[in-house]
Amino acid sequence: MQTAKLKRTSLYASGANPINMIQAAFYNEDCLVYDMEDSVPNAEKDTARLLIYNTVRYHRPANKYVIIRVNGIYSEYIDEDLEAAVRARPDAIRIPKVEYREEAVRICQRITEIETEAGMEVGKIEVWCNIESYLGLINAYEIATADPRIVALALGAEDFTASMKAHRTKAGMEIFYARNMLLTACRHAGIEAIDAVFSDINDPEGLKEDTALTRNLGFDGKTCVHPRQIDIVNSFFTPSEKEIKYALRVLEAVEEGKRQKKGAVTLDGSMIDKPMELRARTTLAQAEAAGIAIGGMRK
Amino acid sequence: MEIKQAAIVGTLESSDIQISLLPNPGKGLEIQLQSVVKVQYGDAIVATITEVLESFGITDAIVDAADRGALDWVIRARMQAACCRATGTKFNWKGEDQ
Repeated sequence: MQTAKLKRTSLYASGANPINMIQAAFYNEDCLVYDMEDSVPNAEKDTARLLIYNTVRYHRPANKYVIIRVNGIYSEYIDEDLEAAVRARPDAIRIPKVEYREEAVRICQRITEIETEAGMEVGKIEVWCNIESYLGLINAYEIATADPRIVALALGAEDFTASMKAHRTKAGMEIFYARNMLLTACRHAGIEAIDAVFSDINDPEGLKEDTALTRNLGFDGKTCVHPRQIDIVNSFFTPSEKEIKYALRVLEAVEEGKRQKKGAVTLDGSMIDKPMELRARTTLAQAEAAGIAIGGMRK
Repeated sequence: MEIKQAAIVGTLESSDIQISLLPNPGKGLEIQLQSVVKVQYGDAIVATITEVLESFGITDAIVDAADRGALDWVIRARMQAACCRATGTKFNWKGEDQ
């Protein structure tokens, strides 16, 4: 699925730390995730909730896709987290550790109830579900299709590998199947797939290798653990000039074929099929979303 | 609303504000502010603190605020949290719909 807003990079900003939240808006991430969950100590859940609410409701960065990650579905914080998160009016709410379709349905219903109570437009807030266990992975397609609000699944590799009794490695073979299964579920559901973090913030070469795999597998974006990862990850999800030019040639050939009422079209001696046309359209849509004006100049 | 217990919220880190909210029965509001930008923004900070206290119906309290350059919405959020903790109440989210 191609959307107008890019979701190449998601950066977490802890709700426990005002300076962290303020600075996060100045990096180049596409999605800024204000976090009520793991980065916030239990004793500060109340303060983080209010800090995130006031930030997103009244001073959200205009050029970001703003997400709020709430606490776990079965935590004592989830009810009040949702009251605050919905009323803050983010672009999306990110739900951690979703394992069953019914959980996603219940959260989406609650969001609808709060939107209605608050007199907000119902259905506007999107939902991302974090898949962080083998159960969540097995049920990924069911979760992905649980509600029209759900626009993305995001893989949480650390918890997933723990649930599998696997060991997390830089090469990532232990999550290779999970990446593919999550992607397959997302593609079939027509929603976006967000890859797991690369944890070592001091290994840019490792990040490049990992992100190349992320992109080649077909993911739409990747979660970042540190601002210094953002530009590297963005670069892998922004089409190159060569890719844009090739995409334009593919689409020109397709159009020419239509004009000439040809059933089969070739380019440089190769047959252009539907998947090639789709990839070309995706490339141009990604370029446009990244602010590249086709023809050379960045917007 | 009555303050039932002392509450401390926030930190002394940059861009934050630490609020200590204490009972002051029958003696009104006493706001003490330390801030590196007191000359420029002291009145605005006190106005935000007062506004939040009023929204909770708190008329008697001592507020000791140590500001480290917090932005307005950070001050507001810290004060709201302090009021909730000090009065032993949950934040009225439905009140935000008005």
